Amino acid sequence: MSRNGRLATVLGLFVVAVGLVVAAVAAFLTPGIPGGVVNFTSGSAGQPVSLVVQTVPSIGVGFGDHPTWVSYLVKTPSGKWVHSTTWQLPANTVVNMTILQYDSGSPLRNQQWGQVTGTLGNTMSLNGTATSAYNSNTGDGVGHTFTVPALGLDIPLVGIGGGSTNACSQAPCGTNFDHNTITFSFKTPGPGNYPWQCFVPCGLGYLFGNGGPMSTQGYMGGFLKVVA
Amino acid sequence: MTISAERPTDVVASISAPPPSAASSWTQRPGWLSQHLGTAIVGAVLGYVLGHWFGNFVSSSYPYIANSGQNAIADALGLSVGVLGWLLGIGALNYPLAKMIGREGGEEPAVEGWSKYFRYSLDHKTVGMQYIVGVLLFMFTGGLLAMAIRTELLNPTTHVFSPDTYIKIVSEHGTIMMMMATSIIVGPLGNYLVPLMIGARRMAFPRIEAFSFWIFVAGYMVIFSALPFGGFPTGWTGYAPLQTQAGPGMVSYLLGFAVIGLGMMAAGFNIAVTIINYRAPGMTWSRLPIFVWSILATAALLTLATPVLFAGGLFGLLDKTIQTSFYVTEHGGSSYLWQNLFWFFGHPEVYIMALPGFGIVGEIMPVFTRKPLFAYKVAAAGMIGVALLSFFVWQHHLFQSGINPDMRPLFMLTTELISIPTGFIFLVGMGTLYKAKIRYEVPMLFCMALFFNFLIGGVTGVFLSDVPVNVTVHGGFFVLSHFHYTIMGGLLFAFMAGLYFWLPKMTGRMMNSRIGKWHFWTMFIFFNLTFFPMFVIGLLGQPRRVFTYASNLQGLNDFSSVSAFLLGISFLIFFANLMWSMFISPVKAPANPWDSLGLEWQTANPVPPYNFERIPVIMTDPYRYSEPGAPAFADMGDGLTQSSSTTSSDQA
Amino acid sequence: MAAENSKGEVNDLRRMTMIWVVLSVVADLLFWFLVGPHVPPGRMTETAVNNQRTFNVLLVIALPVLIGVWVYLGYAATMWSAKREGVAESVGGEGARTNRKVQVWWIALTSVIVIFLAGYGTFAVIAEHGSGGGEGPNPVWSPSGATQAETAALSGSSSWTPGHVLVVQVIGQQWKFTYRYPSFGGFESDKLVLPVNTEIAFNVTSLDVIHSFWAYQLSVKADANPQLNNVAYTETKHTGNFTVRCSELCGLWHGSMYNFGKVVSSTDFMNWASTTQSANAANTANLPPFAWTYVPDANGASGGWYPDGTVTPYSTVETYGSKTPAS
Repeated sequence: MSRNGRLATVLGLFVVAVGLVVAAVAAFLTPGIPGGVVNFTSGSAGQPVSLVVQTVPSIGVGFGDHPTWVSYLVKTPSGKWVHSTTWQLPANTVVNMTILQYDSGSPLRNQQWGQVTGTLGNTMSLNGTATSAYNSNTGDGVGHTFTVPALGLDIPLVGIGGGSTNACSQAPCGTNFDHNTITFSFKTPGPGNYPWQCFVPCGLGYLFGNGGPMSTQGYMGGFLKVVA
Repeated sequence: MTISAERPTDVVASISAPPPSAASSWTQRPGWLSQHLGTAIVGAVLGYVLGHWFGNFVSSSYPYIANSGQNAIADALGLSVGVLGWLLGIGALNYPLAKMIGREGGEEPAVEGWSKYFRYSLDHKTVGMQYIVGVLLFMFTGGLLAMAIRTELLNPTTHVFSPDTYIKIVSEHGTIMMMMATSIIVGPLGNYLVPLMIGARRMAFPRIEAFSFWIFVAGYMVIFSALPFGGFPTGWTGYAPLQTQAGPGMVSYLLGFAVIGLGMMAAGFNIAVTIINYRAPGMTWSRLPIFVWSILATAALLTLATPVLFAGGLFGLLDKTIQTSFYVTEHGGSSYLWQNLFWFFGHPEVYIMALPGFGIVGEIMPVFTRKPLFAYKVAAAGMIGVALLSFFVWQHHLFQSGINPDMRPLFMLTTELISIPTGFIFLVGMGTLYKAKIRYEVPMLFCMALFFNFLIGGVTGVFLSDVPVNVTVHGGFFVLSHFHYTIMGGLLFAFMAGLYFWLPKMTGRMMNSRIGKWHFWTMFIFFNLTFFPMFVIGLLGQPRRVFTYASNLQGLNDFSSVSAFLLGISFLIFFANLMWSMFISPVKAPANPWDSLGLEWQTANPVPPYNFERIPVIMTDPYRYSEPGAPAFADMGDGLTQSSSTTSSDQA
Repeated sequence: MAAENSKGEVNDLRRMTMIWVVLSVVADLLFWFLVGPHVPPGRMTETAVNNQRTFNVLLVIALPVLIGVWVYLGYAATMWSAKREGVAESVGGEGARTNRKVQVWWIALTSVIVIFLAGYGTFAVIAEHGSGGGEGPNPVWSPSGATQAETAALSGSSSWTPGHVLVVQVIGQQWKFTYRYPSFGGFESDKLVLPVNTEIAFNVTSLDVIHSFWAYQLSVKADANPQLNNVAYTETKHTGNFTVRCSELCGLWHGSMYNFGKVVSSTDFMNWASTTQSANAANTANLPPFAWTYVPDANGASGGWYPDGTVTPYSTVETYGSKTPAS
């Protein structure tokens, strides 16, 4: 083989190898945000943003790789339930958030997360009742929390009754199933990416309940993407 | 006078041809019907499928990771049987299995031509070449992941990767690089050169040697399989109980370290036995080339430290598969157990990654300074001292972990004591340079750079070992930079020096010196520009393995990232040089291009299958570059007197 | 020939020594006076001041070492290079192999430096009550009053007045630190506020995996281990803000596991603490009694990993909220 022939062979093999590596990287290490970003900044400036979220015991088929995992769904401004945990919000704006909680509860690993903090008035409405602290060791327990550590925001999402016979098993859940409606308001800070997560060990079957959906972005945590 | 007259008669033995194979079994069929990489891959795939099926069969009703659809027992068995299938496929088990059933194991067929590199070869030279490809595969995979890390850290808040993907990348990068670094010199250069340097015709245990390479490749595939399984979030240190909590990718990590560990133990055992028992007549301990001393010290560490990692990984695997609780405190285990086991291996391991580099500079510098290695005995003592002390320092990784504080002064002392034998190496290097005539060939440049880099790495190590300073720098970018300075700045630079120096011997082709210098200067400059800012980043409070950092550190991080990309390009230059000089436009190497006195250069080129026509007899001390007229290092038994240096032959 | 050689030797060494001395003195002085006072972690606490000083002392010793080797390498690289192509003539003769005097001096000097550093480090870590590092459940280097304060905290009879040791519990969990103040009814908060001029006893524990509590400007670092109380001391000296980060990889949100704390005046601290105590009273009643470590029982201590439901037949520790004795 001539020198040019060898050069072409090596270059060709190199291109093939690079292609394989890029394919492997693309397959296993996808850049970007799972589920994409749901945009809530289209409203008029300064007006409160309405954000509706539901928690579901299992996300079901059609919403990603792990149909049996617990997750959040968010309602887009056009009224469609989508599986995304990164939400784009306008800065310095009041967000009126409604969480429809379809999951059953358990005691918290740390009861501190039973206290409502960081909302306007440090309170939330649980099915219409103002609540500022919920004892997860009694009653129905807490199913999940909606917590933004950087904002000091923490809302315990009280679970539905353990004996419920009308529990939703798979997303998206309709309001005809048993659920708790939790509403609260908070004000977004300046622009930035603020991680939020759940503090209930709901990754059942993993040590301390914090593996699986708790340790995979797009299930029990995501970002508030606050933009100017 | 000719020295060959003094040869002891018992070593003047002619080469005995390998005995004709007793039986021509199917394993000895030549060509594509015999065993090679292809059958190994088939074996691995079949083994994986079989193991995975069996795992599901025996444990399908086992309540393991509810809701995940994953069964760690099936994963672990799949990977284990896959590795077994790989070894069966390549033919590693033919001989032991035949012996086990009472039959005479046949000799592996000697294959000539390029296809021998894809086979279970018992020739240490073939294994050395295979290892070069193996470690480069590791290195480029880990390097690509490093590029991904630096891409993510370009901006403190805007993320290219999601946090879980980022941790996967960090963990995979660390693990692949650490596994690679344990073998990067011992594997390719150790296997290739040790028999040549000690005047042996082969390794003590050629089958174990070949096994160590093929299981090293299997280990690479097992650890890489973590990515398809979803990665693991623990970093290369794999701290429990996060390890126990992680997903199925963790099985690949634990099993991967165990598999690589088998290879490390096999390689270390074989090399140590070879050096102790297979030295040529006259190769006394005080005549052993310094590279062989370093490999001996490393082999001892590999053999003695790795079993601890192997056991630790096995415990972790039991925790993950059959739910024991070695590392789970709530159930009677201890999270400290893993930390102690891991670092009891881990600290000797970092010297596994340092000592061969010292050996290479000690071997190469005399050639390019035309001086003997200064204070040879101090150098050997330094390596042994480092190897011994390295077993008594591991708790410095646990200074802030809540272990008994009484032990802190002791481990601070032992850790700082280890800088005394490490300092020996600097004494040796600087003494060798003293009033020398330095030739700036590419290998020498890499050797000089090692002293520059390792000095920074070593001095910052003293900072880390100081408990009060450790409070600030532990777990941050300072320590990250420190160990990149020692492992990459030391070991990898030494590996490059070794490749440029010995590839002409190994392949008969010269590396292009012009591209080599480009490679050296870009690698040296951008290595320092990448990692030096990280000391500052660490002191300013950035912990390791984070995807967000304080916004005031963005400038430094960006500087480091851009330098890292350029450092990546320097590796492309290296790769291009390798391809150009080895395949595209090869230039035939002279028999002894650097005018070295080393024994490995005295045998024929290309090296005959049995290395030496006759077993050489070592006549004198090594490195007598400065003594024109000194007796030859070795009598090759070919009737020719090997002159000790080019100048002496002029005078003779 | 020999005389010329030895003269050249002296010249080389003298030149190198002069360059080395000048550069080392300049570098040390510049560092000590210009950079030293700004070296992290700053001067907010007693441990920060001391750890900064230790760092500076180490660097003042390290700089001449670095400069020495660099000067030598640089000198060698420029002055002792082969001037022409090809293999140079050999130099030095047999004497180049070794030099006992140089070896002895080298080994003696490095040993002295190293043993001095170990001694100095030992002195610093003992004198500064562990230098802000986690000392585990049985601290051996405690400031005065710390043991009494910790005993009182555990027995529930703790109260704090300015000038005394303040016990603060740091609870690591995936992925946030929370803080309990046993001297104020045991309330828990996600904010860390400390009084100035006060000896603080951090009691660091974890509810799940290993974290590491790193209060950067306070120069405090202690791993948070499950089922273990890791104690670290510091004394606040200046008011201001500080950063807390997790410095042990703990999973998905490790990178965002940080918050900002404050050191404030004693009066402000008392105000904040009593306000928070009453604001959190309802939730504090739901918390388990103050203890050094906690075993959460949500979904069983292992979160459903071990098939044990809510009871752990082979657990060696009791369930959520139980006190484990301060060992």
